Amino acid sequence: MTFLAAGRFWPILPEPGLIFWTILIFFLFWMLMSKFAFKPISDALAKRNGDIEDALKTAEQARNEMANLKSENEKLLSEAREERAKMLKEARETGNATIEEAKEKARQEAQKIISNARQEIENQKVQAMKEVKNQAGNMALEIAEKVIRRELKGDASQTSFVNDLVNEIKLN
Amino acid sequence: MRTKSIFRVFLLVTILISGFSNKTFAGGDGPFNPGEVALHHIADAHTFHFFGDIYIPLPAMIFYDRNGGGVTFLPSSASFDIGKGGNGSIAIDRYVLSHGVVRRIKDTNFPMGKVNISWDGHGSHGDDHSAHDHSKHDHSGHGHAGHDHGDHKEKGMKDKIMDELDKGHDVQAFYNGKGFDLEDRSTLDGGLAGGGMTSYMDFSITKNVFTMLFVALLLGFVFLRVAKAYRTRDGQAPKGLQGFMEPLFVFIQDEVAKPMIGEEKYARFMPYLMSAFFFILGLNLLGQIPFFPGSGNASGTISITIALALFTFLITNLNGNRDYWTHILWMPGIPAAVKLIITPVEIMGVFLKPIVLFIRLFANITAGHIVIVAFVGLIFVLGESGKNLVGAGVGAVAATLLTMFMMALELLVAVLQAYIFTILSASYIGAAVEEHHHHEEAH
Repeated sequence: MTFLAAGRFWPILPEPGLIFWTILIFFLFWMLMSKFAFKPISDALAKRNGDIEDALKTAEQARNEMANLKSENEKLLSEAREERAKMLKEARETGNATIEEAKEKARQEAQKIISNARQEIENQKVQAMKEVKNQAGNMALEIAEKVIRRELKGDASQTSFVNDLVNEIKLN
Repeated sequence: MRTKSIFRVFLLVTILISGFSNKTFAGGDGPFNPGEVALHHIADAHTFHFFGDIYIPLPAMIFYDRNGGGVTFLPSSASFDIGKGGNGSIAIDRYVLSHGVVRRIKDTNFPMGKVNISWDGHGSHGDDHSAHDHSKHDHSGHGHAGHDHGDHKEKGMKDKIMDELDKGHDVQAFYNGKGFDLEDRSTLDGGLAGGGMTSYMDFSITKNVFTMLFVALLLGFVFLRVAKAYRTRDGQAPKGLQGFMEPLFVFIQDEVAKPMIGEEKYARFMPYLMSAFFFILGLNLLGQIPFFPGSGNASGTISITIALALFTFLITNLNGNRDYWTHILWMPGIPAAVKLIITPVEIMGVFLKPIVLFIRLFANITAGHIVIVAFVGLIFVLGESGKNLVGAGVGAVAATLLTMFMMALELLVAVLQAYIFTILSASYIGAAVEEHHHHEEAH
C-alpha cells in the first residue's frame, strides 16, 4: 500500500528546484519589500520619532523660556521696588535738607531782623536819650525859669514848689 | 460563544480528518499506517489536495532531455489527467502523476509521448520485476541523470538496501498489463538521506513553491498597504492594519535588531530581518491551516530552510569586517599553539551557524506537523481504519482534544521559530559587523 518511495523522507532531502524557487521568491520579496515597504516604514518611524523628540525639545525650551521670563520679571519688579525705595529716600532727604535750609534761612533772617531791631532800638534809644536830654534841659530851663519867678514871692511856697517840680520830673 | 468556538475547532478538525478518511488516502484495504500518512502529509506535491478527490493542478516544470534533443519541460500537472487519489491516468514522456507527485518511469523502453496507464494490478507486481532492467535506474550519489552506464561496483550497501525496499513497497504504473517502477526527482544529498541524483531535475511550482508565492504576495499586499498608510497619514497616529503591524515592526527593530547589531548599524539590516521574520512566520502559520491555501509544509522542508539560512550566511560573511575575520582566522590574545586549534573550530563555526539555523527551523515545524497528523491518525488506528465505529469514536474524541492542544502549541512554535531564526540571524550579523575595542589582550 505504500505510495512513497520507501524510506524517502522528502522534507529532509535538499531539492535543487525548491532551493532555486525559495532563493528566487525570497530574494525578490526581500528586495521589493525593502524598497517599497520596509525602508519607507523605517524612515517614517524614524521621522516620527524625530518629530516627537523635536516637539518635546521645543516644549522644554518654551518652558525654560517661560521660567526665564518669569525670573526676569521678578528681577525687574524687585529693581523697580528698590528704585522706588531709593527715590523715596532721596525725596525725604531732599525734603529734610530743604526744611533745614529754610530753617537756617529763617533763623538767619530772624537774626538779621533782631539785629536790625536792636540797631533800631539803639538808634531809638539814642534818639530818645537825645530827646530826654533836650527835654530835661528844657525842663531844667523851665524849672529854673519858674524858680526864678517864684523867688519873688515867698520862701515856703518856693520850697514846696520846687519839690513839686522835682516830683514832676520823673523820667518815664 | 465559547461552545460556538469549540464547535468551530471541532469542525476544523473534522475537515482535516476528512482529508485522510477517503480510501485512497488512508490506504484502502490495507492496515492504516499513520507514519505513511504523516510522511505523505508533510511531503511536497505537484498538486494541491483540496478536498476528497479534488486536486488542484499546479504548473509542473521539469527540465529533461527529450529524445536527446535539448531541454523540454512539462506544462502542468493537469495534463496527467488527475483522477482518484491524485493519480494521473496519462503518462507523458515517461512522466506520471502518482499521489499528486510527478514521478518518472525508470524503464527507458517505456514509450515516449502520451500513453494511457493504470494503477491497478498493484498487488501482483512482485512477480513482474524481471520486466525491467535494474542496472539502469539508480545513480544515487553519482550525479548525472539519464546516462545509463549502470555501474554495480560503485553501488553502496545503502543503495542496495534502497533497491530492495523499492522493490517491496513502491507503487508501479501499469501499461499493457505490465508494471513499471518509478523514480523520483533528483536531490542534492548524495544518497546520504535516501535521495540522490536521478534522471531528471524538477523545477515545478510545487505545493511548497505555491505556498511561498502565496505568502510573499499576501505579505507584499499587507506591507504595501501599511507603507502607503505611513505616506498618506504622515505625522498621524497609526490606525487599522498599520496600527497592527507597527508594534511588530518596532519589536523587530527594538528587541532584535538594535540589541543584536547595535544602534549605529542596525538600520541597514532591518529590511532583511523583517523579510525573514514575516516570510517564515507566514509559512509557519499557513502550514497550520489544514486546507487550501494552507497545509503546505514549506518551513518544515529542509530545501527551503537551507535557502533561507543561505541568505543569513551570505549577509553575515559579506558584511564581516576586519575584526570578524581576524577573530576567525587568527584569534588575537592567545598563544600561537592554541590558535592552531581555535582557527579550524572557528572556520567550522562559520558554516555551523547557518546549518544550526536551518535544521532548527525545519525540525521544529516538521515535528509539529508529524505529531498533529499522528494524533489525527488515532481515529484510524483505534477504529481499525474505520471498520470499528466505537474505536473510531473514542479515537475522534481523543484526537480532537490532542490535536487542539497540539495546534495551540504549534501556533506558539510558529511565532517562536520565526523569532528565533530572526534573532539568531541578527546575532550572527551583529557579530560580523561589531567593532571590537581591545583592552590589553583581554581575550
